[in-house]
Amino acid sequence: MDYSQFLAMKQEISLLVLFLLVFLNDTFLPARAQSSIGKITCLLFGLFTLWGFCPVVVGDSVVSAFAGMYETSPVIVAIKNILNVGVLIVLIQSLKWTSSEHQVIRRGEFYELLLITLFGMYLMISGRHFLVFIIGLESASLPLAAMVAFNKRRYESHEAAAKYILTAVFSSAILLMGLSFVYGLTGTLYFHHIAEGIASAASANIVLLVIAIAFVMSGMGFKLSLVPFHLWTADVYQGAPTSVTSYLSVISKGSAAFAFLVILWHVFGQVYAEAWEWMLYALIILTITIGNLFAIRQKNLKRFLAFSSISQAGYIMLGIVGNNPMGEAALMYYILVYIFSNLAAFGVIGAIENNCGKVSMDDYNGLYKTNPRLAVTMMLAMFSLAGIPPFAGFFSKFFIFTSAINQGSVSIYVLVLIALINTIISLYYYLLVVKAMFIKDEDELTVAPFRSAFSERLGMWICVAGILALGIVSCFYDSLLNVVGIG
Amino acid sequence: MFSNILIYFVVIPVLMLAGLALCRNIKQIRAVAVTGSLALTALSIYLLVEYLALHAADPAAPMHFLGQWDWFKPLHIQLAVGVDGISVAMIILSSIILLTGSFASWKIDPMPKEFFLWLILLSVGVFGFFISIDLFTMFMFYEVALIPMYLLIGVWGSGNKNYSAMKLTLMLMGGSAFLMLGLIGIYYHSAENPADLTWNILKISENASISTGWQYFLFPMTFVGFGVLGAMFPFHTWSPDGHASAPTAVSMLHAGVLMKLGGYGCFRVAIYLMPQAAHDLAWIFLILTGISVVYGAFSACVQTDLKYINAYSSVSHCGLVIFAILMLNTTAMTGAIMQMLSHGLMTALFFALIGMIYGRTHTRDITKMGGLMKIMPFLSVCYVIAGFASLGLPGLSGFVAEMTIFVGSFEHADMFHRVFTIVACCSIVITAVYILRVVGKLLLGPVQDEHHLALTDATWWERTATVTLIISVAAIGCFPNFFANLIRWTFTPEIFSVIGMN
Repeated sequence: MDYSQFLAMKQEISLLVLFLLVFLNDTFLPARAQSSIGKITCLLFGLFTLWGFCPVVVGDSVVSAFAGMYETSPVIVAIKNILNVGVLIVLIQSLKWTSSEHQVIRRGEFYELLLITLFGMYLMISGRHFLVFIIGLESASLPLAAMVAFNKRRYESHEAAAKYILTAVFSSAILLMGLSFVYGLTGTLYFHHIAEGIASAASANIVLLVIAIAFVMSGMGFKLSLVPFHLWTADVYQGAPTSVTSYLSVISKGSAAFAFLVILWHVFGQVYAEAWEWMLYALIILTITIGNLFAIRQKNLKRFLAFSSISQAGYIMLGIVGNNPMGEAALMYYILVYIFSNLAAFGVIGAIENNCGKVSMDDYNGLYKTNPRLAVTMMLAMFSLAGIPPFAGFFSKFFIFTSAINQGSVSIYVLVLIALINTIISLYYYLLVVKAMFIKDEDELTVAPFRSAFSERLGMWICVAGILALGIVSCFYDSLLNVVGIG
Repeated sequence: MFSNILIYFVVIPVLMLAGLALCRNIKQIRAVAVTGSLALTALSIYLLVEYLALHAADPAAPMHFLGQWDWFKPLHIQLAVGVDGISVAMIILSSIILLTGSFASWKIDPMPKEFFLWLILLSVGVFGFFISIDLFTMFMFYEVALIPMYLLIGVWGSGNKNYSAMKLTLMLMGGSAFLMLGLIGIYYHSAENPADLTWNILKISENASISTGWQYFLFPMTFVGFGVLGAMFPFHTWSPDGHASAPTAVSMLHAGVLMKLGGYGCFRVAIYLMPQAAHDLAWIFLILTGISVVYGAFSACVQTDLKYINAYSSVSHCGLVIFAILMLNTTAMTGAIMQMLSHGLMTALFFALIGMIYGRTHTRDITKMGGLMKIMPFLSVCYVIAGFASLGLPGLSGFVAEMTIFVGSFEHADMFHRVFTIVACCSIVITAVYILRVVGKLLLGPVQDEHHLALTDATWWERTATVTLIISVAAIGCFPNFFANLIRWTFTPEIFSVIGMN
């Protein structure tokens, strides 16, 4: 056996080492030393994130290991780095919450579960055999259910966890069903073998193939909360602790989106036009439209962001339509920008929730008068999510539309037009939040002025810097384009 | 990069934003706003002088002060700048209105700092839009100019401000959704070879590689996108509500400058890049703008709120701008740009005066006011001058612009154009009706409310704002040839050779 193959798994192995350090710290060190476990985890994870940017795997070629079951390439390293940055922000933002009275005895578990799910996502992204992929998927979703249930004393948290685990298991079952069809058609579970055999399988039995792909897409659709597989999302986002919700909405969704892209193009790419183009179009249109329409009526900000994130997932899917490196770069860039924008919003929500427990949109009336900095951060997040220049969201939306239209057919223009009209609907509800904070003039201001904790402010500062810089400074997007081989 | 003078039209407002962020009291805020906008005005006049010199040296060049710097290189997105006579005129207009707008919001309350921050951010968008010749940058600045309107109207507005602010923002952003699709479409058809794709307007026009079929699809997208901001019927409904609710300086900037972005974009992007479709599809939009011209004027006749009257009058006048652009000949298009300048200045004057009157009487309903000429003679005389400019009195800007437009439109000998020209001409008469009605009710006649007798006339900053605008309106009226030449240089025969017209 060639042990140098393990070098390709640099990031996974370092993540495991990190996990073990946190675990040992949590289990064996005396209680006094444990008090700083959150900060230690943040610090170690920061180092780990930096380490991800150092290229150990040589060159810019694709490296395949373990008989082709595992693969890494500059693109894969880039998406993992993007996720790492997001996780780092989530960890910083959750510091205050994990050291709160009820969580403090269980905070070690929070970090351990989080790192394990991240490991699972790595496997999802890098796996090139469906067995590895499923292992990654499961270890990314099952521990999340425990994290959702983390607020032991809140009934909603339990309900959310039950809903989450049932949907997770159910969607895995559907996905496995689809994979069994694929195996039946092609006789293999290796991505590249399936890709080779899929064209002949399509000519042999197109109906079975379409059913197989529909099952696979539904299974992934649950993870990504695409409409019509989104019904769990709002309840889970609302019930889960805010730090977990933010993790679910950006990291879990981002990794699933990239894995979805890999599966669709690397496995089923050959039969795009005949088997699943229309499915993808329908999913995108439904997801964007329904997500937007439901978001309009939400009063609880976590439910509000749940539906907003559903529609954002629809925009992310536009990067898959293009079937070109440009689309891949635009998708990664969109995830990156979405991480910063959404985490800024969740940072504000979390800070206010930790301070006075309020999460309703009406509670934000007149926030600018009492807490101007939080209000401005929230406004930037909303503008970025809505795609208003000069904030990063504008650039990511523009580039993902540009990459989709690259395909050139008339139907893609129609699809993008529908997506663009939906951005107006989304602008309406994002502006509702801005209106509550800046315009509504209530006599009774519900949120009293307060100073948020240093960790919360740090998290928000990072997000705001990202929202302001990621778009205008072109090197971020240029380097992603370089990674996929353009420019 | 910083050797190009045009960059400073964006740099100065950005510096103003930074300066405002540091301000502690209203005096410092006023100082920053006035100094910055004075600097912009001076710079724009310097730009005019330099432009005239450069043009005299090289009359054939379509644009001067060209500069381009790579931004998103793999996507061929550049920060590309350049101006011709039209952009220079628009930049001067914007800086004058920003200056007078700063004076007009001398006593803005509450939160003066935030107000000026948003106002200056809006002007970043406006100036950036006029200097850009790269479609991506242009679009970005366009949207930067739109979004501050929401908070400016929502926070500092009056009346039904929440509704108006949301309606205005959503309708304008809806227009820009079509626009974005159109622009991306133009990009993908900007060159034969995928490696040469570009967002640069001059290069796209040079390549002329957009096929007629695609032009038929992309032209309406971009034209409607910009047309929404130009208050083209039936997409004008944001304008009356928005203007009526906006605070004074915002109404001035919005009617005076922002609506010009629409007309300018219609010409610079839709018609300039897709002349064939413009020629073939112009009739559809001529009908629509013909309706806005007459409909706006009639609606203004029956309103009693001063701001609604001027908002509908803006619909009518801006309709005339797009109407004239669609005539696709040198005379009418020159008239269109003259009308943009003229309407920008006189509407800003109108809204400034309305704001000043409203600040004193606390009502904008003309049935509740009267005899203001006795109480505040200075403001009333200014109002009369603005009214005369609007109804086209010779010697003021309105006459020159409308005259040029109608002469140009009448050059078309066919029935369709003739009929619509005559219909649009009727608006001049209707304009006289509603202007004189307001002058009669509001300024002359008996005093309606005894409390009004105690009101004071204009303060020095109000006088500065109005006098500056009146001088500019009179300057265009008295020296039309200078401005017409500046504009006409752009409408070179090359543009029209594609369309097959003179």
